Amino acid sequence: MTYVQIKHHLSDALLMAYSAGNLPEAFSLTVAAHISMCDECRARLGAFDAMGGAIIERCGTAEMNAGSLEATMQRIRATGPVKTAAPARKCNLPQPLQDYIGGDLDAVKWRSAGMGVKQAILPTSREATARLLFIPAGAAVPDHGHRGTELTLVLQGAFVDEVDHFGPGDIEIANEDLNHTPVADIGADCICLAATDAPLRFRGLIPRLAQPFLRI
Amino acid sequence: MTSTKDRKQKENEDWVACIARIRESQDEAAFARLFGHFAPRVKAFLMRSGADATLAEECAQEVMAVLWQKAHLFDPSRASAATWIFTIARNRKIDALRKQKRPEPEDLPWGNEPEPDQADVLALQQESNQLGEAIAALPDKQRVLIEKAYFSDLSHSEIADQTGLPLGTIKSRIRLALDRLRHAMK
Ligand SMILES: [Zn+2]
Repeated sequence: MTYVQIKHHLSDALLMAYSAGNLPEAFSLTVAAHISMCDECRARLGAFDAMGGAIIERCGTAEMNAGSLEATMQRIRATGPVKTAAPARKCNLPQPLQDYIGGDLDAVKWRSAGMGVKQAILPTSREATARLLFIPAGAAVPDHGHRGTELTLVLQGAFVDEVDHFGPGDIEIANEDLNHTPVADIGADCICLAATDAPLRFRGLIPRLAQPFLRI
Repeated sequence: MTSTKDRKQKENEDWVACIARIRESQDEAAFARLFGHFAPRVKAFLMRSGADATLAEECAQEVMAVLWQKAHLFDPSRASAATWIFTIARNRKIDALRKQKRPEPEDLPWGNEPEPDQADVLALQQESNQLGEAIAALPDKQRVLIEKAYFSDLSHSEIADQTGLPLGTIKSRIRLALDRLRHAMK
């Protein structure tokens, strides 16, 4: 399921860090979900992986232990043939996300984040947080700033903020300079995947109180 | 007399043929050749990423075993052998060194093309070769930072701490390097 009308793509820096394997898990998940929806970024990732291949060719060698090849052949014989994964079923969400949810959208365990907004935190390593956000049609996520980087990937519906309009597959890359108030389009509820490497800073009093409890 | 370029190109095609022989006839001699070339590189890569020699040896063996087991998934019209092995080694690095999962993009829908087109394979192997040359031709200052980004487990800001360069300088050098590579690949 890819979207040709995607306007907002991954940056070179994110693609390179994902290719090199240096992103926190929550960011990798968001990048992998965008690439699942975007042929253009999939092709760009191919180029960054090719850089990794070219560099491994020229990064020098470290001598393998004596008997290493035979030990590897024994590993291979001990494991036997690997199963190939079945092709993905038709679903609403990209496969990498489903792996973290343990199912499709109907399996998400939503919790209220106030004002009709719901969220579900996904299990990733602690350096960064990934969460699904449900924003009812026409509703706003409280105005917030970030201490670090926030990636927001639209899965369904659309939102608009001070920067632009973001539709399915679009990714917004926000840094600490941006205070924004995403508002869901009036036509449909908006579901996003958001990854942050530092807790969000809400400007209103109530969201600030709620923040430590809700981990948003 | 053959140039380095022709030799590298021939080498790329050779590795592709070796992986095909593993897939088709479990050819251990073909595997031994791949192992001799790539296993020491994978081990060096893992050691530069922070693994000690024992862990790097074990992981390099695992990476090469995965190559055998997944030989049927290798598509030479999409990646060179080095690129494919890099992605396996990188995933092993994330798993063994960072103790994290690596979310992968959804597989493309499966087509009915059992054999990739030979012209596509040739073109891709040539481009991989060209990219290697373009990286080798980068100014040292830029190439070192690109290599650090891939072959150490460091974010840009950690590279800044390590090299003493301001973060902005690192970002702009990497950007310049990518511009040069794009230009070279036109
Ligand atoms: Zn994209």
